[in-house]
Amino acid sequence: MNAVPLSIPLAQGMLLAGVLFAFGLIGLLVRRNLIFMLMSVEIMLNAAGLAFIVAGAQWEQADGQIMFLFILTLAAAEVSVGLALVLQLYRHFQTLDADAMSRLWG
Amino acid sequence: MILVWLIVLLLAAGPVAWLLDRRGSQWPRWIALGALAIDLVLALILWTEREAHVSISNQGMWLADLSAPWIPRFGITFHLALDGLSLLLVLLTIFLGVTAVVASWTEIRERAGFFYFNLLWVLAGVLGVFLAMDLFLFFVFWEMMLVPMYFLISVWGHEHRVYAAVKFFLFTQAGSLLMLIAILGLMFIHAQQTGVVTFDYQQLLGTTMDQTVALWLMLGFFAAFAVKLPAVPFHAWLPDAHTEAPTGGSVILAGLLLKTGAYGLIRFAVPLFPDAAQAFAPVAMALGVIGILYGAVLAFAQTDLKRLVAYSSVSHLGFVLLGIFSWNAIALEGAVMQMIAHGITTGALFILVGALQERLGTRDVRRMGGLWATVPRFGAVTLVFAIASLGLPGSGNFIGEFLVLLGSYRVNVFVTVLAALGLVAAVIYSLALIQRTFHGSANESWTAPDLSTRHLVTLGAMIAVQVWLGLYPQPVLDAAGQALQNLHGFGEVVAVVSKG
Amino acid sequence: MPTRCPVCGAEMVDLLWLVPALSLLGFLTLAMAGGWFSRKTIALIGVGSVGLSMVVAGLVGFAFIGSSDSPGQPHDQILWTWLQISGFGPTIGFYLDPLSLVMMLVITLVGFLIHLYSAEFMIDDEGYRRFFAYMNLFVVAMLTLVLGDNLLLLYLGWEGVGLCSYLLIGFWYRDPANGAAAQKAFIVTRLGDVALAIGLFLLFTHLGTFNIQDLMARAAEQWPVGSSLATIAAFLLLGGAVGKSAQLPLQTWLPDAMAGPTPVSALIHAATMVTAGMYLIARTHVLYSLAPTAQTAVAVIGAVTLLLAACSALVQRDIKRVLAYSTISQIGYMFLALGVGAWAAALFHFTTHAFFKALLFLAAGAVIQSLHEEHDIYRMGGLRRALPVTFWTFLIGAASLAGFPLVTAGFYSKDWILWEAWASPLGSPWLWGAGVTGAFLTALYSFRLVFNVFFGEAKTEVGSRPGLMMEGPLIVLAAGSLVVGFLEVPRALGDVSLFSEFVRSVLPSFETTASITTELALQIATMLAALLGIAAAYILFLRRPGLVTAVTGTVWGSALSRFWIEGWGLDRLYDTWFVRPFLWVAQTNKDDLIDRVYTGLAWLIRQFFAALHRTQTGQVRWYAAVLAAGSVVIVALVVLS
Repeated sequence: MNAVPLSIPLAQGMLLAGVLFAFGLIGLLVRRNLIFMLMSVEIMLNAAGLAFIVAGAQWEQADGQIMFLFILTLAAAEVSVGLALVLQLYRHFQTLDADAMSRLWG
Repeated sequence: MILVWLIVLLLAAGPVAWLLDRRGSQWPRWIALGALAIDLVLALILWTEREAHVSISNQGMWLADLSAPWIPRFGITFHLALDGLSLLLVLLTIFLGVTAVVASWTEIRERAGFFYFNLLWVLAGVLGVFLAMDLFLFFVFWEMMLVPMYFLISVWGHEHRVYAAVKFFLFTQAGSLLMLIAILGLMFIHAQQTGVVTFDYQQLLGTTMDQTVALWLMLGFFAAFAVKLPAVPFHAWLPDAHTEAPTGGSVILAGLLLKTGAYGLIRFAVPLFPDAAQAFAPVAMALGVIGILYGAVLAFAQTDLKRLVAYSSVSHLGFVLLGIFSWNAIALEGAVMQMIAHGITTGALFILVGALQERLGTRDVRRMGGLWATVPRFGAVTLVFAIASLGLPGSGNFIGEFLVLLGSYRVNVFVTVLAALGLVAAVIYSLALIQRTFHGSANESWTAPDLSTRHLVTLGAMIAVQVWLGLYPQPVLDAAGQALQNLHGFGEVVAVVSKG
Repeated sequence: MPTRCPVCGAEMVDLLWLVPALSLLGFLTLAMAGGWFSRKTIALIGVGSVGLSMVVAGLVGFAFIGSSDSPGQPHDQILWTWLQISGFGPTIGFYLDPLSLVMMLVITLVGFLIHLYSAEFMIDDEGYRRFFAYMNLFVVAMLTLVLGDNLLLLYLGWEGVGLCSYLLIGFWYRDPANGAAAQKAFIVTRLGDVALAIGLFLLFTHLGTFNIQDLMARAAEQWPVGSSLATIAAFLLLGGAVGKSAQLPLQTWLPDAMAGPTPVSALIHAATMVTAGMYLIARTHVLYSLAPTAQTAVAVIGAVTLLLAACSALVQRDIKRVLAYSTISQIGYMFLALGVGAWAAALFHFTTHAFFKALLFLAAGAVIQSLHEEHDIYRMGGLRRALPVTFWTFLIGAASLAGFPLVTAGFYSKDWILWEAWASPLGSPWLWGAGVTGAFLTALYSFRLVFNVFFGEAKTEVGSRPGLMMEGPLIVLAAGSLVVGFLEVPRALGDVSLFSEFVRSVLPSFETTASITTELALQIATMLAALLGIAAAYILFLRRPGLVTAVTGTVWGSALSRFWIEGWGLDRLYDTWFVRPFLWVAQTNKDDLIDRVYTGLAWLIRQFFAALHRTQTGQVRWYAAVLAAGSVVIVALVVLS
């Protein structure tokens, strides 16, 4: 089998995934708007997906790509459910501020 | 079969009473009374059979015995059996059950159906505890008493009912858990040694094991029973629960639930682990004496009438603990006698206090005083039970306390002398009870109806039983004595004690 | 031929059970159905039941003495076995012998007279029925005490009389002071009862029975003289006796017990219940013979008590309190007699004392009622003319109490005790000296009463006068206070020994070695003590009252007088040492310190909960941050470890 030369080194790919994930997390923590928080979650999911792809490419296995497909599906489902919830919440609270919705404290 | 009927009847009457509440509020109480009356008849049949049984043969351990497989895989059987001791306590249960129903007759107006459902189920649980001879079944009944009692306190209780109910539940449950562990431990040890997985009381008797293990298992049982009894320092739930419960609940708590603790000690804790119990006896006797004196001093200090009576229970049950761990014929007979007599005396006192509260709307003695002039019959009947409670000869309490002390004297003179001081302390709080309520000058002017005929009949019957116990206790002593003789480890411990 | 009952044909002595049973019937009727009766019916039942008891007791007594084949033979009537457990089998059974017969006769006779008196005395009281119910119950309990054939039944009676005493002291329940006095009486005597109960445990554990006769036989058999067990047992029984009989150091309850109606004081706190201690010791005298230390203690307690109480009686102002201290003092004489082994003399003094002290109380009650509930003797006076019957009977009672020579019963019984205190092997001149000093003081305080109440000027107007039902018993008791003494006359003065012969089978006497001249000399000393006391009273309280006020006016005089009025400060002592600490402990621990441990535990758990609670903000971003931080920590842990 011919080895496909690696165009991107593993470390750089992982670094990118890590940075993306950190952006997503920071976004999730600092933004209060639910839409932006959802987007941040998307970024984190995609960061994870990127990590899988890079790892799959490194080991020349299809598993990484398959996992990415799963994550993609999951993300789609998550967004649809999430947006629906956001819509409902917006109707209920008339705002998208996540901090305003803290009724679930014990 | 009668044994099953005793329990099933109450279990069945409970839901019926609950359902028929819709038809009218008088239905539940009549159903409860009816079921208990039938039970009383059944128990009396057992009593007459006992006499026949004694005259025919003095052999077998049980007067009635019933066993059916339940969960054979774990060696669990539905095993009920009755000997003299159980019979006495069954009679007491049903008798006090009747009085509790009568005491609640007018007091309970809301959700009466559910009330009598709970009342009947507690009684069924208590009966089960006194009859079960399979440890697993015993535990089931033990827990069955708990939940309805919780509801009785938390739904129909007084001001701090929820607090009291939760406290009651937590204390008892903590003890029960330790007992469950001990039951399982005993079962496993027995299974390891013989290869037989069983929870049956008689098969588990005489299981040999390491001294330390035996002590820990015994303590597991002791924990549950000491909480129920209650022995100081596990008594903290009692005053709250007794005070906050409705009258019927207080009667059952004081008269019966406490007795399940004493019964458990006599039936399980000591016979299953005779050596460990003997090693532990000095501590338990000391706890008994502390309970006698501590409870009495606390009772004296109370201004809440129900709390006063509640703490007097702690003192009285101290005698029971002392008697049980003296573990000789006289002291044990005394302990049984004290259990029955205390059930009646304290039950009656709770009925009286409850009726007084129903009339005056308060239990605070600082607002009473001089009530004799207003309600003389009330005063006279309370006086009778107060002096029974201080252990005056001629009452069953005297027989109980005297026998306990007489028996414990041979085991430990010092402890007995201290416990005898409890007799003085009992006078102090019993007289204080009378002085602060019925005697003395009136602090407020009350107008209240005197005792109703319904109450007079119930309390009159209780006085009659009390005097009968005091002057001719022989039938009770015979019934209990025969059962006590058969207890496992009875002879051994007595022998050891008389040597020392 | 044993005497048979003319009605039922049963053997007469077998009617013994009826004596307490009749009074019991009276009690039950009054307690359960009395609400429907008129006052007349109530009195009829209350007095009648005791009267019937008295009649039956008399018949039984005659049968007992007169039975031709076995005169004076003890008779044990067992009704049923009380309880039976492995060797422990006390019965409900009545034992009749000369000792219990004397007690029974005195109790029923004096009891009946006092009931009769009360029927008039209490007529205006709202608690008429309650009074008679309690009184009847008392008679039952007292009879059970003296008739019980075993110590447990005796104990039943013992506690029963204590209960009735409590109920009757606090009879007028509205006044909290009466309730306090009643509770004090019950609690203090109960302290003694606990000692008695422990004594019972000891006796049963070592001798294996409660039957008194068996017990005494076994004790004599198994325990040598002076054995420690016998001594301990005797001391424990003595503890019960000093409680019930109000001797040192438990006598403080009796003066306060005067809060009860006067007939109660007469019956319970003078004639019968308080002498139960004497009865107990006399009944178990075999045990005391085995324990010389304990017996000496009895004598010393008796001697000291009689002196202390006599001093207190001297200074009281309340007529009933004088009599109460006098009772303590006279029971001191009985204990003195018991302590020197003069069992019969103690019983004899009990008998005469029952008559004259009941008489004194009833007469005092008549005085008090006539003067509108006036108790202070310094506000009485001059009643000689206004209440002649009361005066003469009271005078006879006081003379008897003072031991007025030759004609009064009190003289003969007291003289007997003093003689034995000297002549008995256990006696000593010291004990005799205490007794004679006591005799002088007794005469002094009794006539202090007579002179202050009946002589001098009238200070309070006389209201109602006692009627026939009150005066009748007074006269009968006065007659008794005079003639009962002639049952036992000392050698030098006529030598009658009916009483000591009668009880000899139960209460043995000892051979005396002292000569008749010594006896006569001592008797003259006793007479002189009494006469001197009366004379001194005459001078101090009637002729020259200034002398007394001169003495009490001084600093020391007034201090001493106050000290005596307070009963030698014992009340205060007990208050500081026992009552207050107990109250303090009770009050401090009112909310149950052990409960604090549990509430403390609950508090801790709640704090823990509160700490965790703070992390639960409900903000999604906070959760996400914590989630991230947690993951970082876990990863770091895994990587770094």
